[in-house]
Amino acid sequence: MAVLTSPHRSRLRFGPQAGLVAATRGVAFAVLMAAGIGLLIMIVAAVFLMALGAAILIVGHGGPHEERVLLGFLAIGSGLGLIRFALPATLLGTRGLARLTRQLTGAWCGVPIAEWYAPPPAGNLTYTERLRWLATDPATRRDLRWAAANLLVCALAAAPVGIIATGLIEFIGPEFTRLIPPPAFPGNTPRTLVVLGLAITSVGVLAAPALLRAYGLVARSILAPDGEAELALRVRQLTQTRTEALDTGAAEIRRIERDLHDGAQARLVAMGMTLDAAGQIIDSNPDAARALVLEARDASVKALAELRALVRGIHPPVLADRGLADAIRALALDASARISLASDLNGRPPAPVESAAYFAVCELLANVSKHAEARQTWVDIRHTDGMLRIGVTDNGHGGAEPARGTGLRGIERRLAAFDGVLAISSPPGGPTAVTMEVPCALSSPKTSSC
Amino acid sequence: MRVVIAEDLFLLRDGLTRMLQAHGLQIAAAVDNGVDLLAAVTADQPDVAIVDVRLPPTFTDEGIRAALAARREVPGLPVLVLSQYVEQLYARELLASGSGGIGYLLKDRVFDSGQFVDAVRRVAAGGTAMDPEVIARLLARNTGDGALAALSRREREVLALMAEGRSNAAIAQRLVITERAVAKHTASIFLKLDLQPSDDDNRRVLAVLAYLGG
Repeated sequence: MAVLTSPHRSRLRFGPQAGLVAATRGVAFAVLMAAGIGLLIMIVAAVFLMALGAAILIVGHGGPHEERVLLGFLAIGSGLGLIRFALPATLLGTRGLARLTRQLTGAWCGVPIAEWYAPPPAGNLTYTERLRWLATDPATRRDLRWAAANLLVCALAAAPVGIIATGLIEFIGPEFTRLIPPPAFPGNTPRTLVVLGLAITSVGVLAAPALLRAYGLVARSILAPDGEAELALRVRQLTQTRTEALDTGAAEIRRIERDLHDGAQARLVAMGMTLDAAGQIIDSNPDAARALVLEARDASVKALAELRALVRGIHPPVLADRGLADAIRALALDASARISLASDLNGRPPAPVESAAYFAVCELLANVSKHAEARQTWVDIRHTDGMLRIGVTDNGHGGAEPARGTGLRGIERRLAAFDGVLAISSPPGGPTAVTMEVPCALSSPKTSSC
Repeated sequence: MRVVIAEDLFLLRDGLTRMLQAHGLQIAAAVDNGVDLLAAVTADQPDVAIVDVRLPPTFTDEGIRAALAARREVPGLPVLVLSQYVEQLYARELLASGSGGIGYLLKDRVFDSGQFVDAVRRVAAGGTAMDPEVIARLLARNTGDGALAALSRREREVLALMAEGRSNAAIAQRLVITERAVAKHTASIFLKLDLQPSDDDNRRVLAVLAYLGG
C-alpha cells in the first residue's frame, strides 16, 4: 500500500507534563473553534435579519404601518449589508482559522495536514471576482464544513480541561473554600472527595495527549485535500514505473556487459594470441606468420562489426546525430516494408525520451513486419501542447492485442517511465493504429557550426 | 595525387597519412576539424578529400556537413567520407550533393589498404565508392521486389559490386571471371531491371543506386 506518511508524525507521549501541555493546547483549539463559530454566526445573523425583515413586512402586525415598513426594510438592509461585509470576511476568516488549525495539528497533535488552495486569479480583484474565487474553491467548502463540525469535534480537544477542572473544582475545591458546595452523594466525606478528585484529574491529564491526537485525526479527515487519494495513487504509480525503469536499465547493462564479454572482448583476446603466435614464428616461417596476421585482421573486422551492432542497440548514432525524425527515416530506409514518415518536430525532445520513443517505434515497425502483413505503414511525429505524439498506422490485417504480446506491454512500460501512454486500435481486418503520447519539452534545434 | 585528410583522432590521422604515402599518394593537408577542412580544400585544391563523419565540436555528423559544405565551396570536389557506421540516409545525402566523385566507407575498410587506396583513386577520378554494407542493406530492402528476385545469384553479386562503384574490370577481377562475362551479366541486369544501359561507370552506379533506393 502506498500511503503518504507524514514526516512529522511522532509517538504519543503520556505523563503529567505532556498531559497538561496537551490539555492547554486543547483549550487553544477550543478558542479557534469559538472564533470559527463566531464567523459563521455573522452569516447566520445576516440571514436571520433578512428573514426577520421579510416577516415584519409580510405578516407583521401591531404598531403604525410606517413603523413596520421602516423596521422591515431596516432589518433587510442591515442583513444585506452584513452579508456584503461578512461573506468575504467569513470565508477569509474561516480559511485563516483552518490554515492555523492545519499548522497546529501538525505541531501539537503530530498530525500534519496537507494544504491546497486554488491560487487567486492574477491582477486586482473586484468584489465579485474575489467572492467567486473564494466560493468556487472546494477547499473553502471544506473549511466551512470544518468550522461547523468543529463545534462538536472540539469536545475531544476541550474534554481534558473539562475533566481536570471538574476534578479540581468540584471535588477538591470544597476542601479549601466554602464558596463551592461539595457534590451531594452518599459517602461524600472530604477524604473520599479528594481521592476521587485526584483520580478524575489524573484521568484528564493522562487522557489529554490521546484525545488531542484524536482531535487532530478527525480534523485531518475533514480538512485534508480530497486529492490525497489521488496523490497516493500517483505515488504508487511513480514507485512502480521507477522500479520498472531501474530494472530495465539494469537488465540492459547486463546484456551489454555480456555482449561485450562474449563478443568484442573475446575477439580481442583471440587477436592478441594470434598476433603473439605470428610474432614467434615470423622468422622461422614467414608465410604462416603472414596467414596469422591476416587472421587477426579479420578478427578485428568482426569485432568492429559486433561493436557497431551493439552501439546500434544502445543508442543508434544517427539518433544522436540527427534526432528522432531522421533516425526513423534511416530506419525506414533500411526496412523492406514501405514506410512513410511525417514529422513536424522543430527541436529535439530530451535524450532519454527521444531514445525511448525511437525504440518504441522500432518495436512497432518490427511488429508490423512480423504480424500485420501490411503493404504500407505511416509514422507520424508531432509535438503540440507540450506533448510528443507519435502515431504508427498500418493497413495490415489488424487484430493486435496488447494483452497477448509482451512487445506492446514492454513499450507501454518504457513509456510509462516518462508518464507516457500508448493507445492501440486494431480491429480484426485492420487497420492498426498505435498512438503514443509522452509529455516533454523540445529543445531548440541544433545550430550548425559550418 | 594530392589528398586532404580530416580526422580528429591523431592515431587514425597519422595511420591514414602513412598508408596513403606508402601507396604513393601525396598528403596536401591533414586537419582535425571541419573548419580547417574547408580552408584546406580551398587553399590546396586537392584531388580528393577524406573526411571522418565525427569531428569536433559536436562529434555527430559534422563530417557529412563539412563534406557537403566543401563540395559547395569547391564544386566537383571528390570526397570520401569515413565512418564507424554507415547510414543509407547519409549515403543519399552525399550522392545528392552534386557532381564529382563520392565515397562513403566504413573505417574498417582501411584494414585492406590495397582496396582502400583503390577506392580513394576511384573517387578522385570522379567515381563512386559505396560501402558494401550500404549496398547489402539496399539489396536486403529490395528482396521482396519482383524484378530483383528475377536476377540470378551471380547477377546479384555483380549488381552489388556495381552498386559499390566498381568498374567491369574490377568486378571481373573480384569474381574471378572475364570482363566479357561481366559485361554480359550487366546487360542482363539492366534489361531485367528496365534500366538505361550506360558505358559510363559512374552514371551506371547512380542508376543502380537510384533503382535500389526508390
